[in-house]
Amino acid sequence: MAEWWTYRPSDFLLFSPRVYWRMFELHNAAVWPLHLAMLAVGLAFVLIALRRHALPDRWAALGLAALWAFVGWSFLWGRYAAINWAIAYVAPAFGIQALLLAVLGARGIIFGRRDMAGQVGLLLAMAGLVGYPLVAWLFGRSWSSAEVFGIAPDPTAITTLGILLGASSRLVPLLFPIPVLWLLFSGLTLRTMDDAQAWIPFSAAGTAVVVVVLRSVTRRNKS
Amino acid sequence: MITRRDLVKSAALSAATFALSGETSSATPAPMTRTIPSSGEAMPAVGLGTWITFNVGDDSVLRDECADVMAAFFQAGGRMIDCSPMYGSSQPVVGYGLERFRQPQALFSAEKVWTTSANDGPAQIERSRRLWGVERFDLVQVHNLVAWEAHLETLFAMKAAGQIRYVGITTSEGRRHELFEQIMHAHPLDFVQLTYNILDREAEERLLPLASERGMAVIVNRPFRQGELTQQLESEPLPAWAGEIAVATWAQFILKFILSHPAVTVAIPATSRVDHVRENMAAAADPLPDAALRERMVAYVRDL
Repeated sequence: MAEWWTYRPSDFLLFSPRVYWRMFELHNAAVWPLHLAMLAVGLAFVLIALRRHALPDRWAALGLAALWAFVGWSFLWGRYAAINWAIAYVAPAFGIQALLLAVLGARGIIFGRRDMAGQVGLLLAMAGLVGYPLVAWLFGRSWSSAEVFGIAPDPTAITTLGILLGASSRLVPLLFPIPVLWLLFSGLTLRTMDDAQAWIPFSAAGTAVVVVVLRSVTRRNKS
Repeated sequence: MITRRDLVKSAALSAATFALSGETSSATPAPMTRTIPSSGEAMPAVGLGTWITFNVGDDSVLRDECADVMAAFFQAGGRMIDCSPMYGSSQPVVGYGLERFRQPQALFSAEKVWTTSANDGPAQIERSRRLWGVERFDLVQVHNLVAWEAHLETLFAMKAAGQIRYVGITTSEGRRHELFEQIMHAHPLDFVQLTYNILDREAEERLLPLASERGMAVIVNRPFRQGELTQQLESEPLPAWAGEIAVATWAQFILKFILSHPAVTVAIPATSRVDHVRENMAAAADPLPDAALRERMVAYVRDL
């Protein structure tokens, strides 16, 4: 298509904010009370990460893989793709992330680094897990549209990035691009809808990238 | 106590009755019509767009709201509903509304083909037709000139075979007007669709005069700049002289400006509200502004 420069992000927004937030309401109603189980699973992942044992860490990685597959299939493919055809091309990326996490789990991984990256990661994971469901209320929306880890993509991506910042494995860098890109996509969507909540996914993605870069620079300087 | 929701439901039910019979409400005057140059068929000058407003997915509450909008549209004498495969779930939502009212006789179905693959064009049109649940489309347009050469060949062949009635092309927001003009010169199109409103007037220079000269009907999209224009103007007062053209709202002010261009056949504002569809349809009525008043309208909006 010629004249791409004449297009604005709003030209690609196919739905209204009302339709977008009702999508979360409908999805939450459809999967309730899975939210409680997901919160418990998320807290278990964080606790496992804090303990630094290879065996439960492996299962945590496999559990995260299952959640990415679930969110990609149930929310993106099953619901979001109906109002945004581009999501049909994005949903497989969640499958790829699930596969990468599964491979990582199978090969062995240890979470719970105690360095600066690990501590920021812990904060990010808790923000995604406990803080994100409060965002709907903070921004004046109904609780029924709350976004919960393991059910909605943004808190799932943020919590995953937090856990990964505390992970040790040569393959870990491969696991950052998809959650970061998703958060940028989601932030851009919210920004185009003029929703102030956009800064949250942008900030989470930015924090993860900055921490990874700083850690990499610090390592290089030491060697 | 009667609530606003009760009133809307009641209105939707009565609208459904009219839609079934293919008649307009006796309380609503029939909208002004324009003639499709290539056939002489009469077309109400205000249609219904579906961009964003009808993309509601599987949300049953919002699907019913869209069906109510369609019912009010037909009740007010509307005919043309315009959609595209690009508009997310809008096609099945239109199909849902049509099924609910058992395919109103008045419907003029305007669709688009939107795929970069020439070979996929016929399959996409057939998929769209099934989603609408119609026997055939009245009009199929090449959306934003995507793969236009191949798709026009397909569409003219379909028209010759009686599978569609009219062929058209579309653009929006002033894009690719030069190529658009070349295609209008080279092909016997029935319809062209473009953006035109009181602020976006580039089409006045070449495309609208050319459409008149070539005998092509003109569909105007984005009359309100996707709602931005009416939102910007809503805090401003209508000029006192707006009463001369029987205008009560900014939406009607803008629509009457568009419809007063002699080349324009139909404007297709999109809305998800029953009251707005009625307001839009009411704009398709005399009196329309003359050339002097059109200039005054432009100057007034420009200076706000």
